[in-house]
Amino acid sequence: MSADTPASSDADPETETVADLQARLEALETEVTDLRTEVDDDGPQKMVIIATKGTLDMAYPPLILASTAAAFGYDVTVFHTFWGLEILHEENSKNLQLSSVGNPNMPVPNLIGALPGMDRMTTRMMRNKIAENEVASIEELIETAIASGVDLQACQMTIDLLGYDEDDFYDDVTTGVGAASAFQDMVDADIQLLV
Amino acid sequence: MSTETAAETLDVKGQNCPMPVVKTRGAFDDLAAGEVLEVIATDSGSVSDIAGWAESTDNAELVGQEEATEDGEDVYKHYVRKTE
Repeated sequence: MSADTPASSDADPETETVADLQARLEALETEVTDLRTEVDDDGPQKMVIIATKGTLDMAYPPLILASTAAAFGYDVTVFHTFWGLEILHEENSKNLQLSSVGNPNMPVPNLIGALPGMDRMTTRMMRNKIAENEVASIEELIETAIASGVDLQACQMTIDLLGYDEDDFYDDVTTGVGAASAFQDMVDADIQLLV
Repeated sequence: MSTETAAETLDVKGQNCPMPVVKTRGAFDDLAAGEVLEVIATDSGSVSDIAGWAESTDNAELVGQEEATEDGEDVYKHYVRKTE
């Protein structure tokens, strides 16, 4: 059948298709360029961490990730709420404890861990290990994070709840912020973590 | 690849994660375009950390990594060039 079709009528639709495709390709290229510009205009990528825990072991991950992300050029905000506030409390941050009970990774059984003084002992063991392995202290990590441009925020509601004062926190800690500003930051962020 | 091409040297011996990468960033920011930063670390994790950091950072190029033993201690040397 196709052999009967005149050659002249075959050429036209083909040329049209090529022209159509070329036009579409150009349109798509323009669109991609526009989108690229838009993405570039967006500025640096963002990460938001919500830090809610105040034990020695749980104080490390948000601070380490925050400083690392800042080194990767990210805009980083860490919003500290509830026990996470202890990390930013200048005095309490130097005395964060481990919890022996309910932590299967601790070297003592729960019954023993519940005895008075056990948390203090296991915390001391952990601190010695941290020092031996040349892992930075919480205080050093806070200074590093701030120097790297990380915005360390203390939730105002929890500050009031726990009866703290703005002066209790490290210099450069942002106070007077609440869930709405944290939420807004999370909406804009590329990475959002709850620790 | 060699020390003589490095404009600056950052010594992070004895420091652990995340300090080598975080301090590399700080020293890198102070470089002029084309200059190479030498980072000397004892943290074995710095090998993959600094390589990954350089890969993800627009104007950073990892030009070399070396392992050596100095005073009986394993030392990791990294060379990062600022491309622009």
